[in-house]
Amino acid sequence: MSLQALTYLFVGISFAIYIGIAIWSRARSTNDFYIAGKGVSPVANGMATAADWMSAASFISMAGLIAFLGKDGSVYLMGWTGGYVLLALLLAPYLRKFGKYTVPDFIGTRYYSKAARLVAIICLIFISFTYVAGQMRGVGIVFSRFLEVDINTGVIIGMLIVFFYAVLGGMKGITYTQVAQYCVLIFAYLVPAIFISLMITNNPIPQLGFGDKIAGSSLYLLDKLDELSIELGFNAYTEYTKSNIDVFFITAALMFGTAGLPHVIVRFFTVPKVSDARKSAGYALVFIALLYTTAPAVAAFAKINFIDSVQKVEYESAPDWFTNWENIGLIAWKDKNNDGIINYSSGNALEGVKPKYTNQFGEFGERIVENASEQSNNNEVYIDNDIMVLANPEIAKLPNWVIALVAAGALAAALSTAAGLLLVISASISHDLMKKILLPNITEKQELFYARCAAAVAIFIAGLFGIYPPGFVAQVVAFAFGLAASTIFPALFLGIFYKRLNKEGAIAGMLTGLIATSSYISYFKFVNPAINNSDYWIFGISPEGFGFLGMILNFVVALIVSTFYSKPPKEIYQMIDEIRKP
Amino acid sequence: MKSSYWKSNLVILASLLVIWFVVSFGFGILWSEKLDNFSIGGFKLGFWFSQQGSIYFFVLIIFIYVYLLNKLDKKYFDNSDQSNIEEE
Repeated sequence: MSLQALTYLFVGISFAIYIGIAIWSRARSTNDFYIAGKGVSPVANGMATAADWMSAASFISMAGLIAFLGKDGSVYLMGWTGGYVLLALLLAPYLRKFGKYTVPDFIGTRYYSKAARLVAIICLIFISFTYVAGQMRGVGIVFSRFLEVDINTGVIIGMLIVFFYAVLGGMKGITYTQVAQYCVLIFAYLVPAIFISLMITNNPIPQLGFGDKIAGSSLYLLDKLDELSIELGFNAYTEYTKSNIDVFFITAALMFGTAGLPHVIVRFFTVPKVSDARKSAGYALVFIALLYTTAPAVAAFAKINFIDSVQKVEYESAPDWFTNWENIGLIAWKDKNNDGIINYSSGNALEGVKPKYTNQFGEFGERIVENASEQSNNNEVYIDNDIMVLANPEIAKLPNWVIALVAAGALAAALSTAAGLLLVISASISHDLMKKILLPNITEKQELFYARCAAAVAIFIAGLFGIYPPGFVAQVVAFAFGLAASTIFPALFLGIFYKRLNKEGAIAGMLTGLIATSSYISYFKFVNPAINNSDYWIFGISPEGFGFLGMILNFVVALIVSTFYSKPPKEIYQMIDEIRKP
Repeated sequence: MKSSYWKSNLVILASLLVIWFVVSFGFGILWSEKLDNFSIGGFKLGFWFSQQGSIYFFVLIIFIYVYLLNKLDKKYFDNSDQSNIEEE
């Protein structure tokens, strides 16, 4: 069977399964819709959390990013897993005990204030939409490369599927589809990784393989990679190039940000018992770790493979995948010295970095780009990090069914995360904004109706993001984590561990975190990107790591302001005592 | 009784968070370069902690917490399965 037929088959089967599950588990009450009736087992919830968490970015982009960043890429590995320790130990069990539907719900109740609830809603919606935009782009890429349909058609198909099970099934439908999606995505990630590990190092376990010797030589893979990287003008693969303080702050911002992400937190509201919330966070991290410990191995294999297959190869005899991805627009080659041979080294190949393709083809059949050559180096290859995972099976010459599987896995990763995000957006609008602030008198049935409408609208907006991707998606990811770390995490943490914190303190703290973090990030990313380098950063902290400093500011301001106002009412003390009991 | 439950919980939390900090921020970042002088197999130790080891420890920490807290819950709220299921 051809690759395309296989891909249609795999994607078709997986979509049929998701729709079947959605019909079987549709929601009948707001309780079902928001938190799946609190009937999800810890293992199933762990899988659903893992699928929810591992987005198109984790599946498609992370390994590619690490391949290019080397040890600097560790910030993502530690940052996006370490947050689960904070969740399991500091937040999940208590929020589950609180027993309501959403994150703004907790903040609004604990700080007895509609203003606090509103600030939380704003942060939540901002964070979640930022994230959704990235998922829809992932769906578009996969559809256009593997199913050879137009990107827009791909996004619309993706929207319809998510619409179907999110609007119909709510949290219940989403949870069980996510369990299925986890199985698809992890299988699709591990199979090629194992194949490639065997091929390069003879070791079937990728996690061990990338610390092993290259097959048929006495050289360790990582030593070879260091050597190659230096030879091509990059930094050594296994050493940090960023300053220690920056690596520290970025990792911390990602960890605390992860623990403060509403769509992850809300997953722990769905289990039956408090002790299940703890256990479930543990399972979630096991399922996540399976992919996150494989990713750096895939990164190392992909980098070696990539260099081997293109470096000093004549363009005309370059492998098929090279030209395929060139046609999609994620690879470009500019023959600087007109010798017809691909030369890959450090530095940007093109002025303005991203290629602007023309409709013409060059002497060797390559797509001609408008960009002038960047003269400061000899690199002739532009490559988008995103293709590493998707192209890896092709680069490693794996059979077609593996490539088709990867396409289905990438779609599962993107769709599961998108659905989880859309649900928290719709819940915060129908429950927190409508029911708790604007229209307190609506019945449960009406609220459920609003929740479904809000989900539909959110999907529509997310689809627009996919069809007209805003150019700033990559920029605003720092925003999502920075805001989660500097607003939501401290409000939740102090709400549980510090009884004396009153609404004035909490609101002042959240606003401080929100304003400090968003102005720092906006300044360096949008207002004055030309000076976005360590000479101008406060304490050498990049915008990506600033969320952690924002969090510290939030703590300080909240605690100081709190002492000037009266204690929270007695009911709040009782409520906190109550959530501290298991 | 309740306040000593909370205090024991805080002690467990604090000690596990110290381990959390040491394996990631310590071994993976701050002292990573020094650890790189040692290696296990083809991994430099600091590099291993930053891309593999820290994650294994994170999983371990959560399950240790689950185990210790279940024991603590049992001690203070014996056969508390009923009291755990609120509302409904």
